[in-house]
Amino acid sequence: MVNSQRGKPTYTPPPAKYGGRHTVALIPGDGIGPELLNHVRELFRFSCVPVDFEVVHVNSSSTSEDDINNAIMAIRRNGVALKGNIETNHTMPPNHKSRNNLLRTSLDLFANMMHCQSLPGVQTRHKNIDIIIIRENTEGEYSSLEHESVPGVVESLKIITRNNSLRIADYAFKLAREKGRRRVTAVHKANIMKLADGLFLQCCKEVASGYPDIEFDSMIVDNTTMQLVSKPQQFDVMLMPNLYGNVVSNVCAGLVGGPGLVPGANYGRDYAVFETATRNTGKSIANRNIANPTAMLLASCLMLDHLKLHDYANMIRGAILTTMNETRLHTADIGGQGTTSEVVQSIMRIIQISITPPLWY
Amino acid sequence: MMAAALRGRLVTLAKGLSGARLQPLCARSLSVTSSQNVSESPPARADSTFKVTMVPGDGVGPELMTAVKEVFKAADVPVEFEEFHLSEVQNMASEEKLEEVLSSMKNNRVAIKGKIHTPMEYKGELASYEMRLRRKLDLFANVVHVNSLPGYSTRHNNLDLVIIREQTEGEYSSLEHESVSGVVECLKIITRDKSRRIAKFAFDYATKKGRSKVTAVHKANIMKLGDGLFLQSCAEVAELYPRIKYETIIIDNCCMQLVQNPYQFDVLVMPNLYGNIIDNLAAGLVGGAGVVPGESFSAEYAVFETGARHPFAQAVGRNIANPTAMLLSASNMLRHLNLEYHSNMVSEAVKKVIKQGKVRTRDLGGYSTTGDFVRAVVDNMRHRTV
Repeated sequence: MVNSQRGKPTYTPPPAKYGGRHTVALIPGDGIGPELLNHVRELFRFSCVPVDFEVVHVNSSSTSEDDINNAIMAIRRNGVALKGNIETNHTMPPNHKSRNNLLRTSLDLFANMMHCQSLPGVQTRHKNIDIIIIRENTEGEYSSLEHESVPGVVESLKIITRNNSLRIADYAFKLAREKGRRRVTAVHKANIMKLADGLFLQCCKEVASGYPDIEFDSMIVDNTTMQLVSKPQQFDVMLMPNLYGNVVSNVCAGLVGGPGLVPGANYGRDYAVFETATRNTGKSIANRNIANPTAMLLASCLMLDHLKLHDYANMIRGAILTTMNETRLHTADIGGQGTTSEVVQSIMRIIQISITPPLWY
Repeated sequence: MMAAALRGRLVTLAKGLSGARLQPLCARSLSVTSSQNVSESPPARADSTFKVTMVPGDGVGPELMTAVKEVFKAADVPVEFEEFHLSEVQNMASEEKLEEVLSSMKNNRVAIKGKIHTPMEYKGELASYEMRLRRKLDLFANVVHVNSLPGYSTRHNNLDLVIIREQTEGEYSSLEHESVSGVVECLKIITRDKSRRIAKFAFDYATKKGRSKVTAVHKANIMKLGDGLFLQSCAEVAELYPRIKYETIIIDNCCMQLVQNPYQFDVLVMPNLYGNIIDNLAAGLVGGAGVVPGESFSAEYAVFETGARHPFAQAVGRNIANPTAMLLSASNMLRHLNLEYHSNMVSEAVKKVIKQGKVRTRDLGGYSTTGDFVRAVVDNMRHRTV
């Protein structure tokens, strides 16, 4: 493809930070993405966060890849992006690749990290869940390699490579060590896919031997999902290839309260893209002011942490968690009747109160 | 007294929370779609003030700074200045003073300064204080936005040009030596990293402000390796910005084109010395050194000053300097500090005075003094505190 070849830069530019202000690419996406990202922008303006957004629109219904290449170029320039989900229409012809997938593979965002934590203000069936899920983001079942060699017989290729498996395992163990976690569980189906998942498991074991302070075990994916819904507190850090990661991360998101609460981050060697963990487009609730902004706001806090603006990140995170404690403000997906704008206004109010020093008489 | 004590307390408390950056949370209207509202209404409470480093410099610098302070007082701007009188020609410069300024900058991150004049004689130090300040703060990018002032017509009207100049290396590297008596070698340094950095800054600036073209100015036909490297770095960075047109022009042709047809340029990026020349040339096109503001950026710091930097020593004490450039630069500083409302108030008042044409300083063809001009600006501001 001529376009994508032309865009390949010859070097990685320094971060776009001038006069103390960062520039971050913003991809609104479809469905609830644009309205939630508008709220993020408002909140940043209100809190005077030194981040400027470069907005890049991607039209999901156009067949040309110009839009997504433009977005990828913007992320290469700025190094960091915040995005909504770009819808992938199943009715389009098979050569129309998923835009989100294109973005992840072009920028080599090999690790998807999702931290599922029970929030104190949200009622769920399971309490005290604290799981970090690390999912390989570029290969596995999402390699988009399928063909129909004989009519009526389709072969879909799942690719597992040694390099990528070692890379993701290394990332997982490093993260576990950084965050002081005790155990890493690899999720697989190596009893059936002996070579593919077997290679993945072997790579994980190799990397685990270099981290003797962290316990390593493995679990088959069917058993994992059953354990997750019965006793999720047993899991600490979970590491898995692409499709199992998709399934397990959605299960965990459901356990802690739904897709509206959990942020996700995609890390590559040079780039980082932040979005909601379960990557839902939410077309049915778009523009009705009922979507839960928590996931996107927490994702923006992750982005601030990545840009080393920890003070702002903690301030906004604190305000979000305080707002979550008020049942009155819960949106429809966690069982309340509040609207998106009420939640955002309450967060802004809390930030204003927390930052204004008390009057001394 | 009580108010002052309260204010001091509030400032320290706010600072205690986390450094100078968090102070700006004075008040914003709580509406969710308030992108228009923010600059319309004045902030309800301005308890938190911003601290800004001020270095008045030499020549008319102190007078211009007084003008800025008066205008800020009238506009009730929540900015507190920390003044440092650093000056090489008045023998008020020393390493300790420089360190003081630097530590103040590290705290406040924003500064407004006048020109610190460099004496012509060689007193044993090749790098001037201004150069050293720039290097220590790594203020690599100088942006001069050349805008025609409405109401003041020059030979070229409606000009809108941005000049971006690499400020830390090039011909200003302060590396000279006389290996053989009577033969002096002056080194011009061009590095790949810094050229890429300034090119990326230029393209990022163009993207942010919606500009369509970036032109690199060079003399690579003569300095094949030096300016050639600069051009190569610009071309590499240009690949990342397919939506922005990238062109090159040699400095001599550029100067000629600027005086004949300046409208063909949009954003110009260039190494140090050419930048110095083109800055002043472009300032002359719209009205001189008294009307063009400029700013310098590093990754962390922002310093606001005039575009064409001259101490204008002949005008000291005569109250004839034009404060427009410094006031517009101060308005840019307020915008950088997120005080949009105050920024617009100051810049609109200045532009209104110039448009009305009744009060003009000598360089724009009038007879008013600096004081008259400042008073006119203060009178023209929207909300005046009596």
